[in-house]
Amino acid sequence: MARPTSAGDAGGDAAGLGRGRAVAFVLPALALVGVFLVFPALWTIYLGLTDYRLTGLAAAEPRVVGLDNYTGALADPEFLRSLWLTLGYVGGSAIVGQAGLGFTLAWILRTRRGRLRGLVEGVVLLSWILPSTVVGFLWFALLDRDDGTLNALLGTPGLGWLLDHPLLSIIVFNVWRGTAFSMMLYAAALENVPPSHLETARLAGASVPQQLRDVVFPLIRRHVLTNLLLISLWTFNDFTPFVLTGGGPEGRSEILPIYVYDVALRGGELGAGAAVSFLILLINLVIALAYLRLLRGRRREAVHDAAAKGPPA
Amino acid sequence: MIRHVIGRLTATAVIAVALAFFALPMLWLAAAPFDATPSITTSVPEFTLGNFAAILDNPYALGSIRNSIIQGGGAAALVVVLAALAAYALSRVRVPGRDALLYLLLLLSSVVTGTAAMVPVFELATRLDLVDTHLGVILVVSGGLLPAAIFILKDFMDETPTSYEESARVFGASPLQILRHIVVPLVRPGLATIAVWALASVWGGFLFQFILLRDPGKAPGSVILYTLYTEGGAPRLDLISTFSLLYSLPVVAMYLFVSKRYGFRFHGGIKR
Amino acid sequence: MRFPSRPATIAAVAAVAALALTSCGTGAPEGGGTVTLTIAANAISGGKNSESADWIKRWVIPEFEKTHQNVKVLFQPSGVDDEQYKTKIALDLKAKAGADVIDLDGIWVGEFAQAGYVKPLAEVGGAAVESWEGWSQIPQAVQGLGIFDGKKYGLPQGTDGRVLYYNKALFRKAGLPEEWNPSGWQEIIDAGVKLKAAGVPTPIQINAGTAMGEATTMQGVLPLLAGAGAEIYSQDKWTGASQALKDVLGFYQRIYGGSGLGDPKLQQEAKGRDKSFARFAEGEIAILAEGDYFWRSVIEPAAGVAPMKDRDQVVGYTKIPAKEPGAGIRGQDHTSMSGGAVRVLNPFSKNPRLAWELLAFMHSADATTSQLAGQVRISSRTDVNDEVLAGDPMLRYVADEVLPITAFRPGLAIYPQVSVLLQEATAEVVAGGSAEEAAAAYQAKLEGLVGGAANVSG
Repeated sequence: MARPTSAGDAGGDAAGLGRGRAVAFVLPALALVGVFLVFPALWTIYLGLTDYRLTGLAAAEPRVVGLDNYTGALADPEFLRSLWLTLGYVGGSAIVGQAGLGFTLAWILRTRRGRLRGLVEGVVLLSWILPSTVVGFLWFALLDRDDGTLNALLGTPGLGWLLDHPLLSIIVFNVWRGTAFSMMLYAAALENVPPSHLETARLAGASVPQQLRDVVFPLIRRHVLTNLLLISLWTFNDFTPFVLTGGGPEGRSEILPIYVYDVALRGGELGAGAAVSFLILLINLVIALAYLRLLRGRRREAVHDAAAKGPPA
Repeated sequence: MIRHVIGRLTATAVIAVALAFFALPMLWLAAAPFDATPSITTSVPEFTLGNFAAILDNPYALGSIRNSIIQGGGAAALVVVLAALAAYALSRVRVPGRDALLYLLLLLSSVVTGTAAMVPVFELATRLDLVDTHLGVILVVSGGLLPAAIFILKDFMDETPTSYEESARVFGASPLQILRHIVVPLVRPGLATIAVWALASVWGGFLFQFILLRDPGKAPGSVILYTLYTEGGAPRLDLISTFSLLYSLPVVAMYLFVSKRYGFRFHGGIKR
Repeated sequence: MRFPSRPATIAAVAAVAALALTSCGTGAPEGGGTVTLTIAANAISGGKNSESADWIKRWVIPEFEKTHQNVKVLFQPSGVDDEQYKTKIALDLKAKAGADVIDLDGIWVGEFAQAGYVKPLAEVGGAAVESWEGWSQIPQAVQGLGIFDGKKYGLPQGTDGRVLYYNKALFRKAGLPEEWNPSGWQEIIDAGVKLKAAGVPTPIQINAGTAMGEATTMQGVLPLLAGAGAEIYSQDKWTGASQALKDVLGFYQRIYGGSGLGDPKLQQEAKGRDKSFARFAEGEIAILAEGDYFWRSVIEPAAGVAPMKDRDQVVGYTKIPAKEPGAGIRGQDHTSMSGGAVRVLNPFSKNPRLAWELLAFMHSADATTSQLAGQVRISSRTDVNDEVLAGDPMLRYVADEVLPITAFRPGLAIYPQVSVLLQEATAEVVAGGSAEEAAAAYQAKLEGLVGGAANVSG
């Protein structure tokens, strides 16, 4: 225990917590999560193996149908279309949009202080915390075909953004909605980058992209991965675009959470909906494993970093 | 030097575009509530405060904002306290498989917050006698938010130096004292951020609040907002815009308070 | 046990029953023998269906409590999307909980009955149900809203009918008669062509696509299908890609497939139906198929969503013609579709007989008249309609001319999904596909949904 540790490795126990107390600290959260998360989640996964419906004969006597719901979904062209749409939505709005714009803003604002920075951060955060029920109306007012503010500004009356470019519309919407989280996380990460490193690189003639690649990225890699993991998962399960397009026109913005809503609530097929929910979980698991592989790479480097930097100040 | 100037200009342009992009959709919220005949167009309003009088006439509108505060505030408090305790312990003590466990919980939370889980969640709440109670809503939504909150906070606590804790321990402070007097002040902006995030997530939530509550006197604003339609499903834009504004104010107020008081960011006061 | 009908006796019996329950300790009403009854409806003061909510709170509850001293009646309002309300009620009934008297859309009765969520009224409410005075006042067809498998599950609250609305001013401009009675689909198209030539931006609006949801099926596909001689479900089979369905899709194609008679984009928009209301009111749409709801709540001059001050002068209405005279179901010249809400008893009610008292009271002539409270709509009771509808020729027209030729949807759990398939078929046509292709795709999806070609006709 005498070894000074970087907490990130958590090999030590700085506060003298001990296993027993650590368990006591984790227990309340674990209990709540166990009852209100794990239990209903497992139940939902079980429902995915039945033909359970909200009403009708199958509500009275659900039968176990094995993997029928899964094979049914995988053979359903609407599910597959929805899956591709979702991947496009996550890739475009979360990975490229939110993370990209969030980092850009954090990078530009890191050296600024005062009003302008406060103002930019303020509007970005406001779009993050406004109730999702309200933001649907805001964007509807912006993008509407007949009376939308955007068409009025651009002088393009009658341009149906939500009809002609539904996926693009909800991608832009979600960038607006969720950039704040990435911006905050990268602002925190950039605090870890010593200005002297950047200065040295700049004097050595490195361009901004070179600085980002060689100096900044290695230091904030871990934040990047945390960020991508969370925003991918959140975006994958984001139901908010429903308010904007309802999944339409003709399913062209029907991302998976809306597909599940259609199947489970509108169609009443709770068993099939539960199966698709579990498929979403599996897809997210694959994504998470991919990120984890990258995280492993990060750890080796972090140890290397710590050795180079020496013990914490 | 030229490169530097170009860089500066690009940065300024990006800021200007970003400001416009983020502010533009909010114009409607600023204009429509004061408009005598609001439509989905943002326009210079024919000024009136009549819409506010109309929404105050709605028997559930103001009460629903109070309910949102109870449910959102309750969930935010519960999530912050439980997540902070758990994240601290997980950050400081090596528990085998903790990362895998956290990922797994994070994934399960996505199942439970989806539509397909409504029957299990409702049956669970019925059996625990939590239907039509604020507590039921708070517990159900907290269960969905905790994994992400622990995940973010653990990351955040991993970043804070442990040397202060070690010194405090040398002087005989107990782990709870250390958490309260040393760790919490260090991570306060992060806790505040998580609190606002939890509040905002609960604030906009509809489905579980709707199926778990019966008495409209307990319904939060998100549920009441959906009732401001006519029989044929046409939105009452005068009421919706006005209520949206009123209903957004508490979250915005909490954000302003928190960011002024504690800072709103994911990094603490001391860097190692 | 026979149930006496004099209020004082009822109260006494109720009190005794309550005491008995208290002593048994099962679901005891508290407060010195007071019984609590709850009414649930998808209505809320200051929001959706506000009038109904106010009626329950201000009239039903005080009036009922007046004659039932030991009964406390509570109202549990909602006021959300129908699907969400349905979910909530289903969850309640599944948990054997929920309100004693519950509002349901008539179309849900079958699936709720199949799930065991509701039971026939007589089974829950006892012998008093069959001897109720109101049955004789409700026409057989309207009673059908609450009937499943030959048993009465609910009391209908009222019904509606679908017609073609048209703008007389635009008709005059296009040289068309102001008293318009098309006798076939071709005449609708012909009128549309003339209106287009006279500069009307959107001559015809027949709801289509998935964004309009059930409005596509009820105001579009089903009345048209009936006009081509087919019902969506008959003799235990669902109608597939039959000639009748192809005719319907063909009609859609003539409107939306490049002729400019209809606006395809409007069918795709999330708020397309609201916009169709506004455009009709602004004189941009000339012919619109809608329910009587459109007349009394949308273009209603004073309080409508899209009010038309000159509604009574400018807006004409006519029955939806069959494809050709005599080509409709039952050999009809015209067709329509109807729906309507019902009220059911909760089979898990702790005071089922008293709940029936309340339900019957809510459907008495007095209560029905009070619910209408000046607004005109078609109630389920003939005696009330005779009085109330005298003031509104349009609703009189629906009650006298449209209801006799109308049809209802099948109340089966799978119907909503079949409805979505129909909407998707029209969507395909609106997006430029051919009627043949859309019909074939519909047939394939329908077979998958209802369990094979054996359950599909046509």
